[in-house]
Amino acid sequence: MTHRPTPGRRPRPTKDLVLVGHGMVGQRFLETLTDQPGADEWRITVLAEEPRPAYDRVHLTSWFSGTSAEQLSLTPPGFLAEHGIELRLADPATALDRAARTVTTASGDTLRYDALVLATGSYPFVPPVPGHDAPGCHVYRTIEDLEAIRADAAGARTGAVVGGGLLGLEAAGALTALDLTTHVVEFAPRLMALQVDDGGGRLLRRKIEELGVTVHTAAGTQSLTTGEDGRVRAMLLSDGRELETDLVVFAAGVRPRDQLARDSGLAVGERGGIVVDQHCRTGDPHVLAIGECALAADGRVYGLVAPGYAMADTAARLLAGEPGGRTVFTGADTSTKLKLLGVDVASFGDAHGTADGALDVLYSDSRSGVYKKLVIGSGGHLLGGVLVGDTDSYATLRPLALSGKPLTTPPEHLVLPAGAGPAGPPALADDATVCSCHNITQGRIRAAVRDEGCASVPEVKKCTRAGTGCGSCVPLLAALVTEELEATGAGVDRGLCEHFTHSRAELYEIIRVTGITSFSALVDGHGSGEGCDICKPVVASVLASLGNGHILEGEQAALQDTNDHFLANLQRNGSYSVVPRIPGGEISPADLITIGEVARDFGLYTKITGGQRIDLFGAAVDQLPLIWRRLVDAGFESGHAYGKSLRTVKSCVGESWCRYGVQDSVGLAIELELRYRGLRSPHKLKSAVSGCARECAEAQSKDFGIIATSTGWNLYVGGNGGMTPRHADLLAADLDREALVRTIDRFLMFYIRTADRLERTSVWLERIEGGLEHVRAVVLDDSLGICSELDALMEHHVAAYRDEWAAVLDDPERMRRFVSFANAPGTPDPAVTFVSERGQIRPARPGENGRALTAALVAGPRLEVRTA
Amino acid sequence: MTGMTQFVEVFDGTQWFPACTYAHLVPGRGVAVLGPGGEQIALFRDRAGQLYAIDNRDPFSGAHVLSRGILGSRGDTPTLASPMYKQVFDLRDGRCLDEDTAPDGTPARLRVWPARTGDHSVSRPAARDVRKA
Ligand code: SRM
Ligand SMILES: Cc1cc2nc3c(=O)[nH]c(=O)nc-3n(C[C@H](O)[C@H](O)[C@H](O)COP(=O)(O)OP(=O)(O)OC[C@H]3O[C@@H](n4cnc5c(N)ncnc54)[C@H](O)[C@@H]3O)c2cc1C
Ligand code: SF4
Ligand code: FES
Repeated sequence: MTHRPTPGRRPRPTKDLVLVGHGMVGQRFLETLTDQPGADEWRITVLAEEPRPAYDRVHLTSWFSGTSAEQLSLTPPGFLAEHGIELRLADPATALDRAARTVTTASGDTLRYDALVLATGSYPFVPPVPGHDAPGCHVYRTIEDLEAIRADAAGARTGAVVGGGLLGLEAAGALTALDLTTHVVEFAPRLMALQVDDGGGRLLRRKIEELGVTVHTAAGTQSLTTGEDGRVRAMLLSDGRELETDLVVFAAGVRPRDQLARDSGLAVGERGGIVVDQHCRTGDPHVLAIGECALAADGRVYGLVAPGYAMADTAARLLAGEPGGRTVFTGADTSTKLKLLGVDVASFGDAHGTADGALDVLYSDSRSGVYKKLVIGSGGHLLGGVLVGDTDSYATLRPLALSGKPLTTPPEHLVLPAGAGPAGPPALADDATVCSCHNITQGRIRAAVRDEGCASVPEVKKCTRAGTGCGSCVPLLAALVTEELEATGAGVDRGLCEHFTHSRAELYEIIRVTGITSFSALVDGHGSGEGCDICKPVVASVLASLGNGHILEGEQAALQDTNDHFLANLQRNGSYSVVPRIPGGEISPADLITIGEVARDFGLYTKITGGQRIDLFGAAVDQLPLIWRRLVDAGFESGHAYGKSLRTVKSCVGESWCRYGVQDSVGLAIELELRYRGLRSPHKLKSAVSGCARECAEAQSKDFGIIATSTGWNLYVGGNGGMTPRHADLLAADLDREALVRTIDRFLMFYIRTADRLERTSVWLERIEGGLEHVRAVVLDDSLGICSELDALMEHHVAAYRDEWAAVLDDPERMRRFVSFANAPGTPDPAVTFVSERGQIRPARPGENGRALTAALVAGPRLEVRTA
Repeated sequence: MTGMTQFVEVFDGTQWFPACTYAHLVPGRGVAVLGPGGEQIALFRDRAGQLYAIDNRDPFSGAHVLSRGILGSRGDTPTLASPMYKQVFDLRDGRCLDEDTAPDGTPARLRVWPARTGDHSVSRPAARDVRKA
C-alpha cells in the first residue's frame, strides 16, 4: 500500500530524502523536519517494514487492555499528504549501495537519495537455545507479536517470560492479564537489574510475587522441550529445574538493527549499533542514523524513546540546514519511571552510585512497600536514585539530579513520605530539563507562562508539548506554572470565589480593622453578588473567631455551613448526629449512664469515635433540642463536632496511673480543651497530650500536641492525620505550664489570622513564608510585635465562651429553626427511615423498607429497636 | 406583631396554599414545608425579598435537605447550594449548574413552584416552569 502525496502549493523539492524505518523515532524525525523552514527542498520517501504507519510502541501493552492499533497510531491523519511524504508500507529496504546512493526495497524498487536516514530500531534478542523457534515461542515488539501471543494464549494455561527487565515485566503483566499462570526467568540475581539496586529489586520482587507471578532470578534458560505436537511444553533452567509451560515470551533484551549499514561497509560498534557523530552522521556524509539502531557519539546505544527523539531532532535540524549545526546529540538521560504490574518504579541519574565518593540516603518501609534511595555526590549534590512503590517525587528529583547543583534541602527530606518534605518546586536552573520526553527546560515553561500568556497546565502543555509524553513531569510542571503565574502577578486567583477577590486572611484583616459585623456589609462594600457556599461560611467563621456572639444570631445564621447551621452533623439520609464534649476523654460513670439513657430514649445509634468521645446518630432536626435539653441539664456541652473549631484534646492516662507517666496528661488535656473549646478557625483543630515519650495519645499527629518531659512540656505543632498525614514539628521544648499555654494561645491566633480557608495547620506551616522558624519567631520572640494583640484576642475568646447549645435552648427565636417543616412542627421528615443492625439503628438504604420516625417519638419516648 | 400576618403562598398546580409566615423566612436561608399532597417544598427568600419554592429532595443524595442549603449567586443567576455534596442549582428553574444527571440517571433538575406573599404579588418562576413541573 502506498500513500501518494497530493500536490500542494509548496515549492518544488530539489533533493531526495529516504527514511528507512517508520517507527517512533522515524515519525518524530519527519515531524521535526517538516516543522523547519528549510525542509521544503526535500522530497521525502519513507520505507516501512511494518504494515502500518508509526505507532506508540511505549504503550504497546495497552493493546491488550483494549487500546486499538488506530488509537496507538502516532501519525496524525493527513500529516503525510500535507507534507508530500510518500510512505511505502510493508516494503522494507533490503540493500544499500552507497557509491550509487541508492536503496533497494523488498518489492524490487531502487530509490536514489541525496540523504538517507536509518531509523530501523531494534530487534528482540532471542537466545539461541534449543527449541527457541518452536511454535508457542514469541517476542514482544510489534502489534503483530501481540496478536500472535493473544491467539496462542487462548489454548494455554501457563506462560514463561525470559527476561526480568522492563520489557519482561511488562510482558509478564500481559500474560497474567490473559489469565495465564506466569513465570519470569531472569539471568541476573535481581529484577530490573539495569534500573534498580538490590534493595529496590527485592521489594519489587516481593510486590510482583504478591500478584501471583513466580519469579526465578539467577536462572538461565537451558533449552525448551516440545511435545508431540511440536509445540513448546517445558523450559529447562540452568539450575536443572524444569518449568512446564505452554507459551514462552523472549524479552531478554534488544539488538540494534544495523544490518543494512554493516553490509554496506559502514562502521558499527563491537556490540552492534551504527556509529554516528554528535550530528547523527555516519562515516558517509549522505547517511545518518537515529534511534535505537544508532551507536551515539558517547559510545552508547539508547533503548529508550526520549534519547531517540533527541537524535531525531538533531538529524532533522541538520538536514533542514540549521546553521552551524547548533543542535547536537552527545548523550541522554536514561531516567525511567514506569508502572509495572501496578508497581511504581523509577530510576534516574547515577542510580547505582558509580561516581567516586558517592553516598546513599535510604528510606525503606517494607510494610507499606516503599523503597527510596538517593545517591549524593561528594559535593553534596544529588546524582541519582531509585524509587520503588512511591514515585511521586520523581518529577522533582530527576531535574534536581540532572541540574548538578548542590542541594538546598537536607537529602533526607527528599525521601521522606509525602507531606514530610517541603512543598513547592525545587530550585532549578533555567536550562534544567523538566520534560525529558520532549526535552523542555524549566526556562521554556516559565517563558510560556510569562511571555506567551499561557495561564494553565493544559495551555502550557499545548504550547510547549511538555507533559504530553509519558506524563511523569506533570506534577513538577504544575508547580512551575503556579509559581510563575504568581510571579507575573497576573496571579493565580487567590481570591476566595467569584464574590471576593480577597483571600481568607485578607478578609480577616478587613473585618478586624473595619469592625464589620455582617456579611451584607462586607459583600456590598468589598465584594460583589450575593455570595455562595464558599464565602459565606468563611465570613461566618471569621466573624466567630473575632467574637461576634452566637453563631446563629441574626444574619450570621444564614451564613453557616451545613453542620454549623443546626449545631449538629448532617448524615447521609438527612438525620443528624450529636456529640457532647468529653474533655480529655475523661468521663464519670454517671455521665456515661446519662449518655446511655439519652441514646436509649431517643433510639439513637451510639459509637465511640476516634476522638475519645461518644457520637449519637440518627436524630431528626426536631429531636435535637429535646436531646440537648437532657444533655445540658446533666451538665454536658456542645462538642463542636460540627464546627471548624477545636474538636478534641485527646489524652493518655498519664502519671496518675501509668507506671511510665511523668506528668498529669489528663489534667492538662482537660484544661486545654476547656480553654480552646468553641474557638472558630480556618479548619478544625485537634490536640492531644501524652504523659511520656511513649506517646499513647498520638500528640505528634495533632495540630498542636504536647508531650510531657520530666521538667515540663514539649510543644509540637502542624501534625495531621487524615488524607495527608504529617508528623508535627517541635516548636518549643520543656515549657512550664504557663509558658506552654501562652505559646499555644499565640500559635492558634496567628494561624487563625493568616491561614487560608480549609487549610489545616500542617498545610499552613508548609506554605507560610519562613515556615516553622518564622512562626517560632512570631510566637516566642514577638518578631512581628503582635503578641499582645494575639493574647488579647485569646483572652476575649476565653472570657466570652458560652455553650452554643445552652444558648439555643434559652432562646425561642433560635429554637424555631429546629423543625423539619415550618408548617407542621413536630412532624419528622417521613423520608428519613431506619432499619436495625446489630441491635441498633442505621439509615435504610435505597430499596430497604425502613421505619420512619413518628411524631410521637419526637416527644422523647423510647424507640423500640427490632432486631429481627 | 400586628394583627395582620403576612403569609407566603405556594401554587401546587391547582390552588394557592399558605405555606408559612413571611417572617419565618430569614433572608438567605430556607425552610421546608409540606404541600397539600405531602410534597416536600423548600422555600427561600433572598436579600431583596424575592421568594423561591423548589423541590426539597436533593437528587444527588436522595435526602430531603435542600431547604438547609445556602443561597447565593453565580453571575446573575440566583443559586442554592445543596448542604450535602454542595451541587449548585438555579433557583429560578431548578436546573443543576454543576452536573446534568443525578446518580440514578435522571436529569438533575428540580421541580419549582410559583410562590407569592399574602398580598398576591406573584413572583417568578414563570408559567412555563409550572407546566413542566
Ligand atoms: C465521628 C468520627 C469517626 C468515628 O466514628 O470515630 C469522624 C467523623 C467525621 N469526620 Fe473525621 N471523624 C472522627 C475522627 C477523625 C480523626 C481521628 C482523630 O481526631 O484523632 C481524623 C484524623 C486526624 C486528623 O484530623 O488529623 C479525622 C479526619 C477527618 C478528615 C481529614 C482531615 C484532614 O486534615 O485531612 C475529614 C475531612 C475534613 O475535615 O475535611 C473528616 C471529616 C469527618 C466528618 C465531619 C465528615 C462530614 O463532613 O460529615 C465526619 C462526620 C462526623 C459526624 O457526623 O459526627 N475527618 N477524623 C470521629 C469523630 C471524632 C470526634 O470525637 O470528634
Ligand atoms: C513493550 C515495549 C515497552 C516499551 N516501553 C518503553 C518505555 O516505557 N519508555 C521508553 O523510553 N521506551 C520504551 N520502549 C522502547 C521504545 O519503544 C523504543 O525506544 C522506540 O520505539 C525506539 O524507536 P525507533 O524508531 O528507534 O525504533 P522502532 O520504534 O522499533 O522503529 C523502527 C522501525 O523500523 C522498521 N524497520 C527495521 N528495519 C527496516 C528496514 N530495513 N526497512 C524498513 N523498515 C525497517 C521496524 O519495523 C520498525 O517499524 C518500549 C518498547 C517496547 C517494545
Ligand atoms: S504515653 Fe506514656 S504515660 Fe501515657 S499511657 Fe503511654 S506510656 Fe503511659
Ligand atoms: S517527561 Fe515524559 S511527558 Fe514530560
